[in-house]
Amino acid sequence: MNLLDPIIQGILLGGLYALFAAGLSLMFGVMRIVNLAYGDFAVLASYASLVVVNAALVNPLVALVFIAPAMALIGYVLQRTILQRTLGLSPLPSLLVTFGLSIIVQNLLLMFGSADQQRLTLGDIDTASIILPLDIHIGVFPLAVFVLAIVILSALSWFMASTQYGRLVRAVSDDPATVELQGVNPKQIFALATAIAFGLVAVAGVAAGIQTSFNPSSGSMLLIFAFEAVIIGGLGSLWGTLGGAMILGVAQTVGAAFAPAQQILAGHLVFLIFLAFLPNGISRRKVRA
Amino acid sequence: MNQIQTQTPLAGQSFTIRRWAPTSIIGTSSFLAVFVVLAALPYMVNLSLVYSMIDLFILLILAMTWNMLAGYGGMVSVGQQAFIGVGAYSMVVIADHLGMNIFFAIALSAVFCGLLAIPISFLVFRLAGGYFAVGTWVISEVVRLTVVQVPEIGGGAGASFGAMSDMSKELRIATSYWIALGAVVLVLLACVLLIRSKGGLALTAVRDDITAASTSGVMVTAIKRLVFVFAGAGAGIAGALIAISSLRVQPDSVFSVQWSAFMIFIVVVGGVGTLEGPIFGVLVFWILKQLLADYGPLYLICLGAIGIAFVLFVRGGIWGLVSRKGRVELFPVGYKYSSNSSIDN
Repeated sequence: MNLLDPIIQGILLGGLYALFAAGLSLMFGVMRIVNLAYGDFAVLASYASLVVVNAALVNPLVALVFIAPAMALIGYVLQRTILQRTLGLSPLPSLLVTFGLSIIVQNLLLMFGSADQQRLTLGDIDTASIILPLDIHIGVFPLAVFVLAIVILSALSWFMASTQYGRLVRAVSDDPATVELQGVNPKQIFALATAIAFGLVAVAGVAAGIQTSFNPSSGSMLLIFAFEAVIIGGLGSLWGTLGGAMILGVAQTVGAAFAPAQQILAGHLVFLIFLAFLPNGISRRKVRA
Repeated sequence: MNQIQTQTPLAGQSFTIRRWAPTSIIGTSSFLAVFVVLAALPYMVNLSLVYSMIDLFILLILAMTWNMLAGYGGMVSVGQQAFIGVGAYSMVVIADHLGMNIFFAIALSAVFCGLLAIPISFLVFRLAGGYFAVGTWVISEVVRLTVVQVPEIGGGAGASFGAMSDMSKELRIATSYWIALGAVVLVLLACVLLIRSKGGLALTAVRDDITAASTSGVMVTAIKRLVFVFAGAGAGIAGALIAISSLRVQPDSVFSVQWSAFMIFIVVVGGVGTLEGPIFGVLVFWILKQLLADYGPLYLICLGAIGIAFVLFVRGGIWGLVSRKGRVELFPVGYKYSSNSSIDN
């Protein structure tokens, strides 16, 4: 069996998972919140894009220009009004609230949409591919998503390392009380970080909506994939997350090459192997959780 | 009555510690009275009410054991449906395929789920806080995807439970009801005994302040593992009861994350980290279900919104409102301290 093709497809699929994982990991890094509604907000963005596409007859990427800022605004408001109140030593309140949000978003989509599979389309680009020697087809769109993931991760990593705001975010994540003494409002920083994460989730949601299909309950799968990428990559490492996402993608596509129905299980099993033998992930950093 | 006499060498005084307080004497005897009434219920009300009470008992068992896990142990699992599903399937295999006695089969299903929880705990305990939650969810997905591969238990279509099919419908529902009621009492008793035990003291310490508990010599990981296994066994019992009451085990339904949503709602509304909370929470849940269940998604949106409102504004839940200062306990799990001798002794 030729494994080169599934491996390449898996690496490209990893780009999509890395896009998802970046926002999840940002929120955890800054606020120690694991947003259980994360995948559902991605699906919300996919549906919003579908609505805009159908109403304005534009393509999903144009819709994204409106949806990403809208999702960022939702994230900002959500953080200021609800999530901020759940922050504290215990992770219990934030988990319970985000789990509640996940149920609300999922059922709102069920109420206003239908339970059917939906898909966004870019027309011919959906199926266009570059043919390499050895009969390897590289989809143009998955390749674009992969490149986009690298661009976004680089931008995020530059932003966190080199800008004043990035320094503030890191300072707040280390010690909010001290940052407050310096005259900065940590709540504002938290809300901006959440806004960025929600903007990212909109991009990831629309990309996933084009690359695969979605329904109101597909959010939990997206959350799980993002989580697996973060853990395989190692907490607190952005580039580790990209590596983790690629490993997960390859595990799924190679698994599917052996047994087509077992794609997702294969990804889970590779994740469990990492959890059992390399709990700090490929970047092997120890991070307090 | 448990009384512990302690001689402290420093002060030369003796103390008495009482576990029973007036509230817990009244509380426990009222629960016994309620139990007697509930046991007689199938003779008094119609069958459909009895049938819906079985669901209530199943949710109560899930909520009580999830509360031990999250409320006391600080482990927010959204993957208990792994054990619900395995419990339901074990019931089918043990009672139906192997033809064993139903009571024995329930006990064996619980033991099996408890044993399964041990290796799982070693995996998920590597994750903390929120990532622990998603980790348990992944495990439940892995269990579901594995179970549906086994053709002997029906694969993706599920299996039927036929061990009670020779009973008449009335007798079958009444019997299932009594089994479920008995299971609730046993699980409640197990929770009370666990909290009353030395391990329970350690667990309560973990609930209140994990760092202080750890520096006081509490073996935090061991006690957490004990609770994880306990909650796994409890969810296994609930799964076995689902097989008994619905006569059919469908993988998509027994492994549904909705179970987690329901048990979390019940505990949050009733009061996290109290023994009384889930009992009151399940009543609220049941009333809401009677009022709103026909509305489908809207019902679940309401549950989500109410749950969030409780976490934000009424963090102690209903029971927290009743016992504002934490002095009211309906079960004999508290410590009342009194001095036996005068100070100048």
